[in-house]
Amino acid sequence: MTTENKPQEGQERIGVYVCHCGSNIAGMVDVEHVAKWAGEELKDRGVVVARDYKFMCSSLGQELIENDIKELGLTRVLVAACSPHLHEQTFRTASARAGLNPYLTELVSIREQVSWVHTDKQAATAKSKAVISGGVERVIHHEPLEPLVVPIHEATLVVGGGIAGIQAALELADAGYPVYMVEREPSIGGHMAQFDKTFPTLDCAACILTPRMVSVGMHPNIKLFTWSEVTKVDGYVGNFTVTIRKKARYVNEELCTGCGICQEKCPKKVIDEIYEAGLGYRKAVYTPFPQAVPKFPVIDRPNCTYFQKGTCKACEKFCPTNAIDFTQEDEYITVEVGNIILATGYDLFDARRVTQYGYGRLANVFTSIEFERLSNAAGPTNGEIVLRDGVTKPDAVGIIHCVGSRDRNFNNYCSVICCMQGLKFAHLVHERTGATVYNFYIDMRTAYKAYDEFYQRVLEEGTLFVRGKVAEVTDAARLPGEEGKLIIQVEDTLAGIQRRIPVDMVILSAGLEPRRDAKEVAKLFGISCSADGWFIEKHPKLDPVATMTEGIFIAGCVQGPKDIPSSVAQGAAASARVLGRIRQGHIELEPVRASVDEAKCSGCRICNNLCPFNAIIFHEDRMVTEINPALCQGCGTCVAACPAGAISGTVFSNEQIFAQIDGLLGLTLEHAFS
Amino acid sequence: MTTNGKPKFAMYWAASCGGCEIAVLNIGEKILDVDANFEVAFWPVAMDAKYKDVEAMEDGAILLTLFNGGIRNEENAEIARLLRRKSQILVAFGSCACEGCIPGLANLSKPQDVLDTVYSTVSTDNPNAVRPQYHYQMPEGVIHIPTFYPVLKTLDQVVDVDYYMPGCPPESHQIAAVIDLVIKVLHGEAQLPAKGATIGAGNSTVCDDCPRARNVKLIKKFVRIQDVPELDPHLCLLEQGVPCNGPATRNGCGALCPQAGAQCIGCYGPAEGVIDYGARLITAFASVIDSNDPAEIERILDGIPDPAGQFYRFNLAGSLLRAAKPAWQGKL
Repeated sequence: MTTENKPQEGQERIGVYVCHCGSNIAGMVDVEHVAKWAGEELKDRGVVVARDYKFMCSSLGQELIENDIKELGLTRVLVAACSPHLHEQTFRTASARAGLNPYLTELVSIREQVSWVHTDKQAATAKSKAVISGGVERVIHHEPLEPLVVPIHEATLVVGGGIAGIQAALELADAGYPVYMVEREPSIGGHMAQFDKTFPTLDCAACILTPRMVSVGMHPNIKLFTWSEVTKVDGYVGNFTVTIRKKARYVNEELCTGCGICQEKCPKKVIDEIYEAGLGYRKAVYTPFPQAVPKFPVIDRPNCTYFQKGTCKACEKFCPTNAIDFTQEDEYITVEVGNIILATGYDLFDARRVTQYGYGRLANVFTSIEFERLSNAAGPTNGEIVLRDGVTKPDAVGIIHCVGSRDRNFNNYCSVICCMQGLKFAHLVHERTGATVYNFYIDMRTAYKAYDEFYQRVLEEGTLFVRGKVAEVTDAARLPGEEGKLIIQVEDTLAGIQRRIPVDMVILSAGLEPRRDAKEVAKLFGISCSADGWFIEKHPKLDPVATMTEGIFIAGCVQGPKDIPSSVAQGAAASARVLGRIRQGHIELEPVRASVDEAKCSGCRICNNLCPFNAIIFHEDRMVTEINPALCQGCGTCVAACPAGAISGTVFSNEQIFAQIDGLLGLTLEHAFS
Repeated sequence: MTTNGKPKFAMYWAASCGGCEIAVLNIGEKILDVDANFEVAFWPVAMDAKYKDVEAMEDGAILLTLFNGGIRNEENAEIARLLRRKSQILVAFGSCACEGCIPGLANLSKPQDVLDTVYSTVSTDNPNAVRPQYHYQMPEGVIHIPTFYPVLKTLDQVVDVDYYMPGCPPESHQIAAVIDLVIKVLHGEAQLPAKGATIGAGNSTVCDDCPRARNVKLIKKFVRIQDVPELDPHLCLLEQGVPCNGPATRNGCGALCPQAGAQCIGCYGPAEGVIDYGARLITAFASVIDSNDPAEIERILDGIPDPAGQFYRFNLAGSLLRAAKPAWQGKL
């Protein structure tokens, strides 16, 4: 159905295109009628042509628009189809091909906002008309805009030296581009370095990880900053200036050979809460583990006898290369990068919060990371799986799944890795101790390659599975055989009975949580967190490693719980996105930007703290606020906040929005009050 | 032009308090310039006049009319239309004419409730419960009083307005400056601003004229000024938790209130280009509340016990809201 009108003097010449989207829209909206209506009723608003078409986004659909622009001399295009998230770019590009400035094309949604959310065809059709009428009023006020072109710096910052960050850094460095990697701990490696075996193949984690770590340490294109944190991020995509705080190691990296004599001679033993999960000791001068990268140790100042009491210096005395330097101070280093990949990982759920499982109260309740260290050949027990007393082997072990996950009291989400982790633990206990192993699960989630086969294998090994959420772990014996044991109280939902199962050891397969400081980190880099605290990707399906902030990418568990293969894939994916950017040499930014009318700004500073992208600058001397157009993402927060109306946003000006509202309502306020 | 060769000047008050007239007289000896350059054709508060004299004038006979007050009843509307016809330049003078001002707050109440408050509350001595009647039979015939409208309208919601002069009331020095300008225009020494412009005021906000120091704002509580033992005399009031409307209010007054230690209450109306003053201010205040905890945010907001009075004190009738639904649907 097509309606063509004669052009009118002095008006914009608007084309309206109504998409069927197969039956997605046409099933609920009478699209032919809507197109006909737009052609007839919006004639006096400048609509010269109105068409409907099965798939506007198809090549043929786009050609319709292009031909009309050329033949009818359209000056504005309005497409009524799906969400602008999906196809705004498609139709803008089509307009540009036909010689119309792309920003004179507007997409209004009659799918997500109409056909998909309504069940009354008549009402949905009427609403579509209102939406189109609003769009027509709005597009009249559009202005031709040019994208902002900014160059891309070749270097990339990778924050976090776990497996996701390592993968990302190596991909970029191997492609020949410089990488700065920042890691908070003394060594890279992340959580993976703490594990003994990895599921489902039971590869030794260290054996597959350490070569990668060494590559990072040795790579000529990677500059590694461990024991360091990012303190400030300025600039914008292509041109970030990042300040890194390199904490004092008290070890001169130029002189240190990593021989380890200082660690040997240091008289101060400290419980290692991080790498050994509190199960083992380290010295006050230490590398977290023997294969640490870099090899240089750090001195733990709050625990160092010299720093606390003024005497000792054993490390200094014995160091063969005079590398110990007690006078070192924190250094602040500034680097220029074009893109940033955040791979800051996760924190383990604190199992103490599930008080009924007794962790921290009952000695032989272990967390998953404690068990990883127990089972690790390089761990505190040399891989012996023993009770907290350090000698007794367990006869029966209970592994509880979903601790802190899929639980309304803690986290609603599934932590993804815990089922497979629990199965891996079952296998290791079985293999090393011959103990009876029980797994307590809600649902068994073994998706992905070779995972379910591993489940079958563990079943065949004789591990017992009880489906049910454990109510309690207690040491209060009630029945014969429970004395001196930990009793797991659980409803076996398959058998339909309550069970009390006495065991010697309980392992809590704790879930993953966002880093404790995730919100601060998100703010530092100008990106957003979900309500749970995971960093939000640009699109959950189609753009999983980009963020809404141009130039900031995410990889690994920082985006949500995931296993090692997925983390590695995301690390590689993020670096591929960055490489694309670097190879382009420059980037075109959407000219949807806020700007300040300095004459109207009186420097009240209400907006100064609001920008999630750090684009707002306040000029103390002139008492005015300015917005950096390259940093601004056009979110509109400051536009809304400005009490003086001094900030306006292109494509979302007051004029455009009020015109759209007028069009939507089909009447002016005057009518309402007369 | 009139017989004495001077252009005609008129000033009228509709629903207002009379403060605008006082402000005009308060310009001091400048009033003599008005007399020297204009013939005062119609100014009910200052001299006797009859509507029929105005009706008898030719259309456009009056050069300049300053119209203060909102449109509350039929008479206000009728005179607004009359003066529009007779005037070359019609100025919405003062907050009531521009945006409704205090009389506009009645737009939150049903017209019946407005009358009840006026005639039947404890502060009114009305022993016989007398109520005004639109029509009343007198021995001489039926007399009428003007119909009371459901809501108060601003002048430009009733007639076309040439210029807006904000303020409750407009500052005398601003009035003097505008009169100077019109006289210069008369003598061909200056140009009138574009139609629809705001005159006698600045183009940014009160903050621009306020000398108090300003920082990034993080507000943990709102306080009422009478509850604060001592305010920092040099620091932004909003930063001290006093809900100062300065950031959203057009400048022109010289930031008198904040300099005297009292918060701006917004009498100069919205800044240039702002469509809804209250909405602007609400989003601005909400933006600087320093909390993410819903319960704490509620507590902080409790520090503003009268949001309509805080955000819409002067501009309700001129805002996007204009009135509460029961008010504009009400009839008497």
